[in-house]
This record gives sequence, structure tokens and C-alpha cells, in this order.
Amino acid sequence: MSSAALSWFARHEIRLAWREWLAMMTGGRRGRKRAAVIGLIVFVAIMHLPAYAVIGRFAPLQAPLDKSTLIVITATIFLAWALMLSQAIESVTRVFYARADLDLIMSSPVNLANIFSVRIAAIALSVIAMALVLSTPFVDVLVIGGGARWFAAFGVVIAIGLSAAAIAIALTIMLFHLIGPGRTRLVAQILAAIIGAGFVIALQIAAILSFGTLSRFAVLTSDAAAAFAPGAGSIVWWPARAALGDGEALLLLLAGGLLLLGVVMAVFSARFADTAVRVSANAAPAQQDGGASRFRGGSRQQALRRKEFWLLRRDPWLVSQTLMQLLYLVPPALMLWRSFSDSSTAIILITPVIVMAAGQLAGGLAWLTISGEDAADLVATAPLPPARVIRAKVEVVLIAIGATFAPLVAALLFASPRQAAVTAAGVLIAAASATAIQLWFRVQARRSQFRRRQTSSRLATFAEAFSSIGWAATAALALSMPLVAAVTGLMTAAILAATWKISPRRT
Amino acid sequence: MTPAEQPPALQVRGLTKRFDRVAVDALDLTVRTGEFYALLGPNGAGKTTTLRMVAGLLRPDAGSVSVLGIDALGDPVAAKQITSWVSDEPMIYDKLTPLEYLEFVAGLWGIDPAVSEPSARHLLLSLGLEPHLRQRCEGFSRGMRQKVALAGALVHEPRLIILDEPLTGLDAVSARHVKGLLQQRVAAGCTVIMTTHILEVAERMADRIGVIAAGRLVAEGTLAELRQQNGHNDTSLEDMFIALVDTEAAAA
Repeated sequence: MSSAALSWFARHEIRLAWREWLAMMTGGRRGRKRAAVIGLIVFVAIMHLPAYAVIGRFAPLQAPLDKSTLIVITATIFLAWALMLSQAIESVTRVFYARADLDLIMSSPVNLANIFSVRIAAIALSVIAMALVLSTPFVDVLVIGGGARWFAAFGVVIAIGLSAAAIAIALTIMLFHLIGPGRTRLVAQILAAIIGAGFVIALQIAAILSFGTLSRFAVLTSDAAAAFAPGAGSIVWWPARAALGDGEALLLLLAGGLLLLGVVMAVFSARFADTAVRVSANAAPAQQDGGASRFRGGSRQQALRRKEFWLLRRDPWLVSQTLMQLLYLVPPALMLWRSFSDSSTAIILITPVIVMAAGQLAGGLAWLTISGEDAADLVATAPLPPARVIRAKVEVVLIAIGATFAPLVAALLFASPRQAAVTAAGVLIAAASATAIQLWFRVQARRSQFRRRQTSSRLATFAEAFSSIGWAATAALALSMPLVAAVTGLMTAAILAATWKISPRRT
Repeated sequence: MTPAEQPPALQVRGLTKRFDRVAVDALDLTVRTGEFYALLGPNGAGKTTTLRMVAGLLRPDAGSVSVLGIDALGDPVAAKQITSWVSDEPMIYDKLTPLEYLEFVAGLWGIDPAVSEPSARHLLLSLGLEPHLRQRCEGFSRGMRQKVALAGALVHEPRLIILDEPLTGLDAVSARHVKGLLQQRVAAGCTVIMTTHILEVAERMADRIGVIAAGRLVAEGTLAELRQQNGHNDTSLEDMFIALVDTEAAAA
């Protein structure tokens, strides 16, 4: 294959990646390219403010750094790397499962190893491009406050992007060979969802167990961490040193990232083709279900609820999201456990976390049950009024939320009955609000389009987020400052009322 | 009640639907009970829009729809209880097995499990899906998915079966299974209304054929009646169809 043909294919890959991103940002609607680009620029500009608040104080840092600072910077870079790895795993599975061009490419008279090398490079490029955009506000703040040496941080982003893409590809292909294409899709989705969160949560757990606080910095800046950390000359600190402007460390990091990606290309580009063949041959493995096999009776709503529970139980997105929400609940649950022997007031923090998680999970569940109806014609031609169909679906969401959060509320009951009551009310209100928003903004879609749910209606997405945050804050304040809670509760209710007023179902 | 005394399976009067243009234009259509009726027409003629309005999936802008004497616009639930709809794109749940899908459909129509379960098994057996009863539908071919959707449409014993291009994607053996099942239902007194682009199927199976163009019924009758209207006794349905559609296009 000539270099001209390879560069033509690279352009094709970049165009596909750009259009996938654009479709995600515009919800698949045409004619919104300019709005999406302007929206991104505005978002990056606005992000400079939180970036300043979070990272501004690190700008004057100069080498040599003490161990605690090195640990904090390295952990931050590792978190960014974990998030990039998560995005890269997503990209790799999308290339295998969602792109419809594998048959075309593999039946064409080209060297597959070359062409898949280009595809691997394109994955790395798209991961790095997104990371560069998102890191720009943070690096800008550091450059403005600490000088041009901080531009080296962009180099670190590129280097860790290269290694994240390389590891994601190697990991996914190894999963294919170990557990098969069918299971890889689910496992990769779960991995992508929990990798980033996992690191933060592990730090929180360490903080709770060691210091009785949810602050991650307590662990990172502790004497124990400093004692355990390697010496100043260690390879572990290269990313931190490179970000601070150490040219030698940066060059070594970039070279390491490129080398890793090159090795992955050399080893796996040929296997990429084999893997693609296995995916297309096993796109949807025959999974066996249904043990007892006797039809069950009951009302029509019961039939609808049963179907929704079947589908929810078997939904890979839901499995990964529920796992992620449960992971987020591990630190507050740990706090709760510790509070039995310790009268720490930090236990109040558990309530907003639970309420927020309930709102978020309910929003996703409500979209899946209400909008994500794969057999819309069947349900619409069934002999029951649409209102009863909707009622059955809403019941499913509330039952699922109740079943997920009831054990936590029950545990709280032992620690503080008042807090348990406030938490239960918060969970119910947050879940009902998120469900109502999904109801007002419902669209007919296939469940597989779930990834696009947040871009199909930005208004619904923001309303759902504000509602969850609002009810979480209200629940926390109800425990500490009830009068202020009345104000935040009214504000959140007003947000909901405004959302209803401008929703398509109302207008 | 003798067949002559029975209300028509479908009676449509002045049915109209407009999107950015008129899709169905004051359509009158009557399908007798126990009849196999084929609705033909070029792409965009208004066949699917008409049938979606009859099935209760679209609200007409004007007109009336009566299903076996029930006003389908005034009492849609009663009309839906005796009607089934199969679209050209099989809409089933990937994560359910065929048996679970049929259990759900039977539950939605409120059928006693003691009746629906044997019926479901018999239907899946007739359609050659027995080896796949407990496999999730996500791995099924288009033809298999279409057969599951069809079984779902038949499991609640509808009296009016409406099918939009049901043979699309089926192999010859499967298509024969489906045609056989539909003919059995007609023999048992059901009414079948089917759109198809396979004119040979309409020619062989339909008691009467309706041709729709630009949202209007431009010809209707048995094959012999259509030939008579066309003035050539040896003309094939394909030739007649093309002639009718060309005439309508020229008139438009």
C-alpha cells in the first residue's frame, strides 16, 4: 500500500472521528456544526474559571519539589491518564462493534496490517485531541500564573494520550482472545465506566480508613504516602517533572509513549483484522435465557413491568452505570460504617451523595424505559391507553430506585432515624423529578441510542443535573439548616416548573 | 351471522393525512370479513400511512376508520384488541427470547397464559424457530426477527391482521411458511390486509387487490376484475400495475 493511499485512509479516519464527535455534540441533527464548535469554544473559555480555582495555586511551583507535591501532581496526571484510557477503550470498542465499514475494508485489496495501523493511530489521535481541548483551560491558567515553562504540560498530555491509547488497544484485543467478542463488549463498557471513577474512589476509601475524611488530599499529602513514595530520581516522577518544564523528562515521556504505541501497532495491527473477523462472526452471540418457560398471567401493566425488568436486568449500560453508582456509594457507606463507632458529623455528607446518585440513576432508567422502546409500534397498537403504558414504565423506575437505595436508607435508620427519613424523601423526590423530566422530553428511540440521550435534548440534560444537585443540596441542608433548605427546595422546584413550562409535551 | 350480514373487517371513509404534502387524500376503502386483501402502490403512494392510521399508530387529519363495526378513532382500545400490526422493519426486543417476547405480547393483549403458551409454541414451531426458543433475539438474522414479529402478531388471535411488507428479508422456505400461516388464518375467518412489492404474491394469494397512488385508490377488484377494467384478459398484474401507476403519474 502506497504512502499516498495510507495518508488518504488517515484523512478518512480523521473525518469519521470528527463526524462521530459532531454527531455526539449535535444529537445527530444537521446544520448545527457551527453551533457545536462555538459551544465548545465557549465551554473551554468558561472552564478557565473553575480551572483557576482548582489549579491556580500550583502555578508558581518550581523544581525541585517536595515529595508531597510530587505525589499530588503525579496522582492528578494519573487520574487524567485513567480518564483517557477509559475514553480510548470506548473508542476501540466503537470501532469494532459500531462502525459498519469492517466488511468493506477487509474485502478491499489492501494490506490490512497497514490499514489497521492507521486506524490505531487515528484512535490515539482522537483521544489526544479531546484531552488537549479539555486540558487547555488548566494549562492556560498555569502558563498565565507560572510562565511559559508550563506549556510542557501539553506535551505530557500527548505522551499520556499515546500510552493510554496503546494500552486500551492491547487490553481490548487481549480481552477478545481471553473471553470472546460477546463478553468483551460488556466488560469493556464496564471498564470504561469505572476506570476513572475507580481511582478517585480508591483514594477516598484510603482517606476514610486512615483519616476519617472524604478528602483525597489527606492521603496524598500524608507522611505515610511520602514515606512510601520512591526517591526524587525515580521514573515515577517523570510526568510531574515534565509538566513543570523539565525538557529531558518530557522528551523521554514522549519517546516512551510513541514507542509503546509503535509496539502495539506492530504486534496488534495484524491481530486487529482477526479480531474484527471474530466480532463480525459473533456480533451477537446466542445467549440462552428463560429457565422455567411457563407463561405468567396478570394484568397488562404487569406484563409491561415484567418486560421492563427483563430488559433492565440484561442492559449492559445499566449494569455498568449501576456498578459505577454503587462504586460512588462505597465511600459514603464506609463513612456510615465508621460512624457507628465514631460520632463524626461527617455522616451528613452521605445524604447528598445518595440523593444525587438516585437522581442520576433514575434519569438514565427513565430514559431507557420511557424513551428507549425498541418495539414502539407493538406497544402503541396494544389495547391499553397510553397513560397506562406510561404509568407502568414510571412504576418500574421507582421500584428499581427503591430496591437499589432501600438498603442504604435502612442502614442509616440505625445511625439516625431523622437522617434516614430525610434521605428517603430526598431519594424519592430526586428520582421522581428526573423521571418527570424524561417524561416531558420523551422521544421515540432505540435503547442502543442511549449514548446520544444527553445530546438529543441539552435542556433535559441540564434540568436533570440541576434537579439532582438541587435536591441533594436541599437534603443536606434539611439536616443542618432547615430554613435554608426550604429556600433551595423552592429554587429546585422552580427549576422543575420552568423546565415543564418549556418542555415539548407542554408547548 | 352470515358473512353477508357481518360488518366489513375494515371500512375507511374520507381518510386524509397531510405531512409536508398530502400523503393520503380522502381515501375510501372497504375490506370484507374473511378476505385476503393486497394493497399495492409505488413508493410514497400512501400505503403505509393508510395502514398506520388504521392500526392506531397515526391520527388522521380527517375521515373515519371502522374495524369490524368498531369506531377505531372513537374507541381505539376495543379496535386494537382485535387487530394486529406487523411493520416492514421487525421491531422486537434484542434482549428477550422469542418465547419471552410472545409471553409479553400475550400479556399486553390480556390473553390467558393457558391459551397463549401452547399457541406461542405452535406458532414458533410452524415458523421454524423451535431451535431458537431460548436464545435472545440479538443474534437473529433479519428473516428470523421478522418471523418472531409475525408470531407476536398472531399469538393473540387477532381478527384483522395488517402487514406492511411482511415478506421482506425472508428466504423462500420462510416466505412459504409465512404465506401458509396467513392463508390458514384467512381460512379460519380472519381478515388479512397486506402491502407488498412482490406482485406475484398478491397475484397468487389475494382475494382482492387495491392499487393506491398519490394517496388515492385508483383501482380495486379481483385479478379478473382488474384485467377486465384494463381491457386485456391475458395481462399480468405487473403490466397492469405499471400501466395504472404511469396513468396516475401522467394525470398528476
